[in-house]
Amino acid sequence: MNIAVLLRAVPDPVEELELDGADLDRDFLGYVLNEFDDHALEEGLLLKEETGGSVTVYALGMADEVEQMLHTAIAKGADAGKKLGDDLDPVDAHGQAAVFVEALGEGNYDLVLSGVQASDEIDGQVAMLVAAGLGLPHVSVVVGTTPGDGSVRVTKEYWAGITADYDVALPAVLGIQTAREAPRYVAVARIRQAQESGALEDVDIDQPDNMSGVTITDMRLPDEGEGAEMIEGDEEAAADKVLELLQAAGVR
Amino acid sequence: MSNDVLVFVEHLNGEVTDATYELLATARKLAGQTGGSVTAAVIGTGAASLAGGLGGADQILVADTDALGAFNPQGHAEMFASLVTSRQPRVTLVPYTSVGMDVGNHVAAATSQPLVSYCLKVDAGDALTATCQLYSGKVEADVRVDGDTAVFAMLAGAAPADGGRSGGAGAVETIDATVPDLAVSFVGIAEPEAGDVDITAEDILVAIGRGIESEDNIEEAQELADALGAALAASRPIIDQGWLPKTRQVGKSGLAVKPKVYLALGISGAPEHLEGMRDSSVIIAVNSDPQAPIFGVAHYGWAGDLFDFIPELTDRLEG
Repeated sequence: MNIAVLLRAVPDPVEELELDGADLDRDFLGYVLNEFDDHALEEGLLLKEETGGSVTVYALGMADEVEQMLHTAIAKGADAGKKLGDDLDPVDAHGQAAVFVEALGEGNYDLVLSGVQASDEIDGQVAMLVAAGLGLPHVSVVVGTTPGDGSVRVTKEYWAGITADYDVALPAVLGIQTAREAPRYVAVARIRQAQESGALEDVDIDQPDNMSGVTITDMRLPDEGEGAEMIEGDEEAAADKVLELLQAAGVR
Repeated sequence: MSNDVLVFVEHLNGEVTDATYELLATARKLAGQTGGSVTAAVIGTGAASLAGGLGGADQILVADTDALGAFNPQGHAEMFASLVTSRQPRVTLVPYTSVGMDVGNHVAAATSQPLVSYCLKVDAGDALTATCQLYSGKVEADVRVDGDTAVFAMLAGAAPADGGRSGGAGAVETIDATVPDLAVSFVGIAEPEAGDVDITAEDILVAIGRGIESEDNIEEAQELADALGAALAASRPIIDQGWLPKTRQVGKSGLAVKPKVYLALGISGAPEHLEGMRDSSVIIAVNSDPQAPIFGVAHYGWAGDLFDFIPELTDRLEG
């Protein structure tokens, strides 16, 4: 099975965000691989191990961290990587999807995988927009796959742990929420090897346009501690207060 | 284009979901702004029997067919898209759920309309505008849509479900239920297995999130839970890493819990998580980021390092 996995760099979810007008202040913002894309990669690697074939990873060069992200994917077992553009400004999900659709065009993939969502996708989900662009069937919120003959059986999570299975004729696009197994770790030495392997290709593209027809006019951070009564002081003061609260709630 | 608001009716096992009633509540407000009516489209197994419960709509379009199983990502999306094409509503609403994600993206792409995700609020005045949650709820954004029509994917809790249970004319129209050729076929549905601990039945939950950083640190949180006589629960990233079983997951794709005390440690408070725990009697949150959305729903909060906090509280409970 020949598989493409689309990777996105997103603002590090553990970082505090600062704003600059109607956008994030991106000057000192750290980016990480979208966690759902990490699961998409894992599911792709598992499928390749089961069926043979290849995994090719794609990412837009919208952050400095993208190259390392692609090398890490190669070190984990992807056969090739393509970095689309360099030093690009952020572009909306529709614009990203259009770039991926063009890049995937000649790949002849059986399956295109990406994370089911990313935290910045205000105008729709890239995986499904790519499916629409390629005219392929898609299923989102996938939590496992089993390869079949000309098809793949996918498990989709509805909610509250309820799942449903589908048979999906190939080629197809899947939005992965969780891989069957936790994403694998890879040693730094292997990433260094990947850097020297020549498996990553830089593809020159122009700055893509936003294509969603959705314009952000304002951004706000939620008020600090809105709702919560904030406990002042150090961890000892916090523990004292929480103990009091537990007693007041009748559970101590 | 009409001035109408079209709602995708999400249903499972013969029941319309609360997410749908929330959409209908939003739709009623929007129809008041556009001067149009609210149309609900219910497609699939048992659709005809569900129409009676959709009194929040003025018009209910029913495409009853057993050929789609519980839900078919392609079949439902294509059939709903053809309704959007033929009825030309000003506003189309889908839930931001597993089902709504398949439908909304396809419909927007197939009808060349803008799609707005993660919506908390929509307005249909002169222009279509919305307020959305981005970056796992850390940022609120106002958006404006180019053009006269759009699809909005609404977050859970954006409007009260009770506001969408009545108030419409409720006229039922049976429509063509021909199912297109499908590359996706429904096989079957599975309910979750019971776990070792039922977190929905616990009085106290110690819930951990991404802030716990590594699997090795879970033991420390477990010690605190033991000292408290509490069960250990977690947000989705912890479960996806395989650090705790799925039965311990709180939130949209896990379980909804209402303990007497919910102690959230290192949980930022993504909307999907808040959906599963916001009804807890007392919510206490510890997070290093003072702007974490968890503090928006918590009753008490401490902004600091959970690895400083956990041993302090464990000592007091054991001492």
